[in-house]
Amino acid sequence: MTEPSRLERVLRSGRFAVTAELNPPDSADPAAVYDRALVLATVCDAINATDASGANVHMSSVGVCALLTRAGYEPVLQVSCRDRNRIAIQGDLLGAAAMGVRNVLCLTGDGVQAGDQPEAKPVFDLDSTSLLRTARMLRDQGNFLSGRKLDARPQFFLGAAANPFAPPYDVRAVQMAKKVSAGAQFIQTQYCFDLPRLRAFMAQVEDLGLHGKVCVLVGVGPLRSARSAEWMRTHVPGVHIPDEVVRRLAGVPAGRQGREGRDLCVEIIRQVRDVPGVCGVHVMAYRQEELVAEIIEAAGLLPRSAQAGLHHPQGTEETAI
Amino acid sequence: MRVMSWIQNHPHVLEEAYSRARAALVPFRRWLRRGGTVERLFIAGEKLTKGPIFDCRMCGQCILHSTGMTCPMTCPKTMRNGPCGGVRPDGTCEVKPEMACVWLQAWERSKRMPAFGDEILRLQPPVDRRLEGSSAWINEFTGDGARMPPGWGA
Repeated sequence: MTEPSRLERVLRSGRFAVTAELNPPDSADPAAVYDRALVLATVCDAINATDASGANVHMSSVGVCALLTRAGYEPVLQVSCRDRNRIAIQGDLLGAAAMGVRNVLCLTGDGVQAGDQPEAKPVFDLDSTSLLRTARMLRDQGNFLSGRKLDARPQFFLGAAANPFAPPYDVRAVQMAKKVSAGAQFIQTQYCFDLPRLRAFMAQVEDLGLHGKVCVLVGVGPLRSARSAEWMRTHVPGVHIPDEVVRRLAGVPAGRQGREGRDLCVEIIRQVRDVPGVCGVHVMAYRQEELVAEIIEAAGLLPRSAQAGLHHPQGTEETAI
Repeated sequence: MRVMSWIQNHPHVLEEAYSRARAALVPFRRWLRRGGTVERLFIAGEKLTKGPIFDCRMCGQCILHSTGMTCPMTCPKTMRNGPCGGVRPDGTCEVKPEMACVWLQAWERSKRMPAFGDEILRLQPPVDRRLEGSSAWINEFTGDGARMPPGWGA
């Protein structure tokens, strides 16, 4: 048995965990990944590599994760069911594990209509829950869905998404319990802008006896402006931003709305920390990666033990020696 | 259309009908085989009944009694284990805003199903795509419809 992943160790130790999202570049240059990883690595415990999020094509999450593990970073591989069937997904899971990826976030994925290529074929051969069970099968049973045995099993720390902020509200915790029984060990939620809703959800999670069985990391992120908040809540599937949040941003001059959005994010993190059962936050700062460090520092979540290996294997003189 | 949604909104009647139909078919199970006239008759019958009532997609692995008598294959993401995170605040679908979320209805209806309501919690395996277009009733009796990857239930 190999050691647990760094993220798993942090969560097991009971420390408040921080993960952050890295948006894969539209580039074939590894430097584009490393530039973004560099600003995140010192302030978080693991970096999520998104898998064509919002159904927009970018560098693949397996590719990003392979680059990150080569440089000693701790990635969370996001796997969506939208673009690949069960054959491709099982192969990718083994390939990622061979590249040193330990954390996997199993997602269904946004519909293709949300992205820049809505004419694509949606696959959805598996769903997030059956994907979790499949990943657990590779790890715990050591076989593929077909029953064929693996020569070596992957060591995964398995995660899933939950969205307490979308209907049907009363069954979201029950759905999460289903994902836990399918294999989820940690949960990363959708953006939280609605604390009362989060508290109600976490109370249900506790009632179901899930505290201690699964680590819930609450999704947070800075809003750039009132306009971008309005755009997000109408265009990004599953994002719920209450009217008072939009009003608060609109209430300050346009030039200071970004600052207000950042402050709001810090406030939300502080409140989220006090919600019973919450194990950490997952910061999603779409195209504002440089803000993540500032937010995490302002929220009082530093220092974090820095992720190893800031030597980038590609194009750096030192590692070539 | 109104008649059809009335039927779907009385899921306890449907689960009763399912149980009775199943029991009625048991004596004939020897003839319930794939690839023959009997299957062709069943396929035609299922298209005629489940088509208009459930908007059935003929996946061949009917789990209606486990999903609140609401067909999960009508979900644009064909989710068989519950709703995705994209359900809109008004309860409509992320992909098709003009339709209600299939899983919202499934959960509501399953609450009114005393016999099979709890089955909505069951972890459903991936669909066997080879069974598309075949008779779900026949697959239920041959066991093809309920086949799972080894160890799935563990």
